[in-house]
Amino acid sequence: METLLRPFDFEFFRNGLVVATVAGALCGLVGVYVVLRGMSYIGHGLSHAIFGGFAASSLLGVNLALGAGAWGLASALMINAVTRRRAIGADAAIGVITTGSFALGLALFALFGQRGRGFEAALFGSILGVSTTDVVAVAVTTGAVAAFVFLAYRRLLFVTFDPEVAEASGVPTARVDALLMAALAASILATMQVLGVTLVAAELIIPATVARMLTSSFSRMLGLATAIGAFTGFVGMNLSYHLDVQSGPTIVLVGAALFAVAYTAGSLRGLRRARATDEVTAPAEVPTLSLAEPGRP
Amino acid sequence: MTAVADPLVRLGGLHCSYGGDPVLVDVDLAVADGQFTGVVGPSGSGKTTLLRVLLGTVAPRRGTVERRRGLRLGYVPQVETVNWSFPVTVAQCVLMARTRGRVLPWRSRAEATEVADVLERLDIADLADRHIRDLSGGQQQRVFLARALLGHPELLLLDEPTSGVDVRTRHEVLHLLADLNRQGLAIVLTTHDLNGIAAHLPHLVCLNHRVLGQGAPAEVLTAEVLERTYGARMEILEHAGMPVVVDAYDPGSAVVGLGSGRR
Repeated sequence: METLLRPFDFEFFRNGLVVATVAGALCGLVGVYVVLRGMSYIGHGLSHAIFGGFAASSLLGVNLALGAGAWGLASALMINAVTRRRAIGADAAIGVITTGSFALGLALFALFGQRGRGFEAALFGSILGVSTTDVVAVAVTTGAVAAFVFLAYRRLLFVTFDPEVAEASGVPTARVDALLMAALAASILATMQVLGVTLVAAELIIPATVARMLTSSFSRMLGLATAIGAFTGFVGMNLSYHLDVQSGPTIVLVGAALFAVAYTAGSLRGLRRARATDEVTAPAEVPTLSLAEPGRP
Repeated sequence: MTAVADPLVRLGGLHCSYGGDPVLVDVDLAVADGQFTGVVGPSGSGKTTLLRVLLGTVAPRRGTVERRRGLRLGYVPQVETVNWSFPVTVAQCVLMARTRGRVLPWRSRAEATEVADVLERLDIADLADRHIRDLSGGQQQRVFLARALLGHPELLLLDEPTSGVDVRTRHEVLHLLADLNRQGLAIVLTTHDLNGIAAHLPHLVCLNHRVLGQGAPAEVLTAEVLERTYGARMEILEHAGMPVVVDAYDPGSAVVGLGSGRR
């Protein structure tokens, strides 16, 4: 028990744990919309796009939250505009925007070297260097996104389920989409510190996917995904400390383990249900019908 | 086209395109109070685009769209476009249409009553708590209809409402729509089904980018109009006083007699 509680003596760990738990909850919440709208690719790409902003901000000495945040928001709105217009293949256009931005980040680090937060920490996350300011920033971001989801719950649900009819019913779908993309960008930025750009997408997808396997209710899915995201962040951070592995991989592996458990449980439940149905419906004898002699049973 | 005084919607000289070839060309159409209109035409003829223009979700390149001030519209999309594994129940799906006036996510008592009333009206009250993936094709149509009716529309637009359903469900949907029309609701629907749906409607529009005919089925479902609309020869028979459209018989066609083995 003493071993488990030892890391709580360190401020960096307490800060990192709060950020991982709160950011995990945030990703779980936003991830429900990402998964149900089939936006997993966009979430993955946006995290890579933000890396470009992270690199530029790091080199210029600009506040990371502001610089990478502005870059991420611009990328998110560009992606949103491209997917809505459908002038060219959305997946191709998103690929250009996001990989181009990621490549820019790599090139900047290669040309000018690392300044401020490290290259590896940006890619895979780190439990070190999380300040009290970062904790407050993540908490404020989570509060703002949670308020948006609560107040726009009905419109978000309608646009997610049936965007065409939502628009025909007077819902400002363009504005709702843009705000959701902004919330997604904010979630990725808040989580980048502990997860890194390469694994943020997993934290968006896994908790929501596990929640979907556990419930057929949208509201319950939101609650479950948020709780699962927080759980993976909390447990993953503890594992990162004790195993001396980067925090991003450990958080995602906890999520992947939960997915495996939920999937196995679901499969076993399905098998049991199928067997029970066979036992109830299988008749003792099946009468045969001779088609060659009409009327004879 | 007979002039309609104070229509719900009037389209004048409408041209629409999505950047490439024109989808609608020089379309004139008026929808009057209580009118029940079917729009028929081949795939890609602009039927769905016409509905979207009536809805206001697609803007024309040229021409005019006049809607009566404060017109309330209801829309039922094709069921194939919907994600039926989405985690919502029938009641939650219907309530989605109520996005104005209340911010709180959970439904109020008044809303619960309204949803129950509209489900009762469509004879699916017992399905309120059922997940939408567990519905039959006809039930799915009724749920979407209920969602559209929640807003008390004056004009209801339906895109292929009997697509993929069996004969009995098709009859049920048509009877349901006829009842709603008798209660004063104007309806415009698109359909591929000339004999099962179109021939039963009081007013038809034949569309293939342009309006090629409009009026009563007896006036519109003629060999000449249908050949211009579908680009294929058809013959019109009569059964119980109603036109029945069949493919024109071509004894030289390789398709004729396949089932009987005759050549």
